[in-house]
Amino acid sequence: MLKSLRAGLAGLAALACLGAAPAPPGVALDVLLAEAPAPRLADYRLFKDISGRQPNGLTPYGLNTPLFTDYAEKFRFLYLPPGTKAAYRAEGVLDLPVGATLVKTFAYPADMRRPDEKVRYVETRLLIHKREGWVAQTYVWNADQTEAVLKRAGARLDVSFVDARGQTVQVDYAVPNQNQCKECHQLDKAVTPIGPKARNLNGDFAYADGTENQLAHWTRLGLLTGAPKPAVAPRTARWDDPHEPLEARARAYLDANCAHCHNPRAVASNSGLFLNIEETRHAALGVGKGPVAAGRGSGGLRVGVEPGDPDSSILAYRMASTEPGVMMPELGRSLTHTEGLALIRAYIAGMKTP
Amino acid sequence: MPGEDGASEMKTLITVSLAATALSGMAQAKTIAVAPGADAQERIQTALLDAKPGDVVRLAAGRYELSDGLSLDVDDVTVTGAGPDATVLSFKGQKGAGEGLLVTSDRVTVRDLGIEDTKGDGVKSKGADQISFINLRVEWMGGPKATNGAYGVYPVSSTNVLIDKVTVKGASDAGIYVGQSKNIVVKRSRAEFNVAGIEIENSINADVFDNVATRNAGGILVFDLPNLPQMGGNSTRLFRNKVVQNDTPNFAPKGNIVASVPTGTGVMIMANKNVHIFENEIAENQTAAVMLVSYIQKFDDKTYNPLPRDIVVRDNKLGRNGWDPKFDGGAILAKMMGGALPPVMWDGVTTATGNSEVVRVRITDGPVLNLQLPAPGALMQAKPVKSDTVGDAQIAEPAAVVLPKRQADLGA
Repeated sequence: MLKSLRAGLAGLAALACLGAAPAPPGVALDVLLAEAPAPRLADYRLFKDISGRQPNGLTPYGLNTPLFTDYAEKFRFLYLPPGTKAAYRAEGVLDLPVGATLVKTFAYPADMRRPDEKVRYVETRLLIHKREGWVAQTYVWNADQTEAVLKRAGARLDVSFVDARGQTVQVDYAVPNQNQCKECHQLDKAVTPIGPKARNLNGDFAYADGTENQLAHWTRLGLLTGAPKPAVAPRTARWDDPHEPLEARARAYLDANCAHCHNPRAVASNSGLFLNIEETRHAALGVGKGPVAAGRGSGGLRVGVEPGDPDSSILAYRMASTEPGVMMPELGRSLTHTEGLALIRAYIAGMKTP
Repeated sequence: MPGEDGASEMKTLITVSLAATALSGMAQAKTIAVAPGADAQERIQTALLDAKPGDVVRLAAGRYELSDGLSLDVDDVTVTGAGPDATVLSFKGQKGAGEGLLVTSDRVTVRDLGIEDTKGDGVKSKGADQISFINLRVEWMGGPKATNGAYGVYPVSSTNVLIDKVTVKGASDAGIYVGQSKNIVVKRSRAEFNVAGIEIENSINADVFDNVATRNAGGILVFDLPNLPQMGGNSTRLFRNKVVQNDTPNFAPKGNIVASVPTGTGVMIMANKNVHIFENEIAENQTAAVMLVSYIQKFDDKTYNPLPRDIVVRDNKLGRNGWDPKFDGGAILAKMMGGALPPVMWDGVTTATGNSEVVRVRITDGPVLNLQLPAPGALMQAKPVKSDTVGDAQIAEPAAVVLPKRQADLGA
């Protein structure tokens, strides 16, 4: 009895010591920059706790219009090495220094109607700017949520959640393999981030100490240099904001969900279908354009986009499908994004023949 | 003595590996062996990620059940099995990705494997230089079906493409499809029960020879399509191929360009330039032995020429063809021609809006049916004329395609 009391006291003393200890070590930049990926996410010290809930000095961010990934919640963070800054670019991804790391955790609340409760982390993906260029890795969380380990060859995970209408949804969640990371994250065959473009960051974020425009916040914190006032910087529409123009929302959605492959410098360049936000040619946007290598992905339809007629448009057909070989995107989803599909159908329905 | 043996064995090993290193110019080229069994997906994919330039990924004989696509993005790697019937990658349970195996790096060889039942394409290369597919079998085991994947072997936007001793069966588009590529050899291969056997599309400099295309809807196609990054397909030679009995009803999903290929077509040239068809055996194709046609769909592309031009058809051995043509108006046309169509048919279009390029042909195999259409697809205004030959333009044959030596020697 006395012995256990003494042990307990010792424990308390240890706790007290911890509390008085200096701040925990920062992010392990050397591990981030090492040639070989670390075997465990914890090795990078990007988070203070073993469950990856408490970022270690990272900056959280969001995108006006993100990629749909089977309704997963995404928690995004930026890490910049001490003393470095991102440089503003009006077009494309911000100029991020060597050592910069984009951290994205994919998670599912047990019930989407209570998004802050019982949140299961599935994987945490890293895009690390090494000296030789960007490298993509992903770490898969264990069932106990105490450790995430490197998974290079991809995996399938059973996930289920209750959706906004109270229906249980089963997801055959795909963790991408390292090459698949690159399939989406590339321009001219080099790995690149997709999300952190000025125009997609140009929106408000609810920080712990209040809501602020992200470009302004990053500038104020000394993380970003050269950015103009948000009002004059380019801005991607929010795909889900009904107050924004339909076309802007639809083009933002296609840009975020399709254009990482469907642009002239990426994996689907051979398709001739270019859905990046800068594209203006009708045929390149699918209007009146026949399929090239779609196979049964054409669904028996003649053109990518038939203005006024979503049912005759291959674009909508492939977005609706969940069948491998038909569905688009090819990677990153196994469910139909009902709301995204509705947006694109409305956009096509409202299009006039050029 | 055992010790001495061991030492000399070690010495031999070192010498061999040093020699191998010197030969390949790669440090410590190695073989990564993979055996069938549980977790095949992860083990093969890990091998493809771990491979370094110069390495061989060797898949032992047996059956591998895959649940997702595989991909390779390392230069100078060979992926090999124990033979197209011995090492089988089955994608019957595939849940994602657009193809079975995707190669995006240079100087890669995929050989001696069978690939079955992929949900999309079989094996694809994108943007690869010196890509070689040798002694492969790509097959949809349920026979020809519209739900099969589109292409069997599918190099696209690639340069220096070698396809040798490959068999493809059941593709719902083209068995062997080369798109938007340059410097291509397709030889000693077999395409059966696909919509199109072999298709060369929007590509430049292709030699297609010593192949067999049979039981497809169409045997060998050379096309050029609009609104693509690489257009102006030209300079293809089709020779010494056996293009016989292409009689599988076209099962392509509508909308795809091959859905327009009439069942029973031997060789079809659509748009494209400088295509030479010679010394082939073309027989038992109910629609036509050789068809030269324009692209007839609407397009919005000023740089595109929809007409076949500079086409040579000579010295082919034409058997029975054209007795029951499977295109709209074909039966009436056959009746007009005395019951069967002549084996070679040209739509005869010589002018396209916005294009001043002269259309030349030299067709010495016949008889030839010239439809003399005034414009692409204007069938109602056909003025069909039958003759023994059409055109006598002197059209220089493209030089033989030469692949880099290292690659050219692979299939020997």
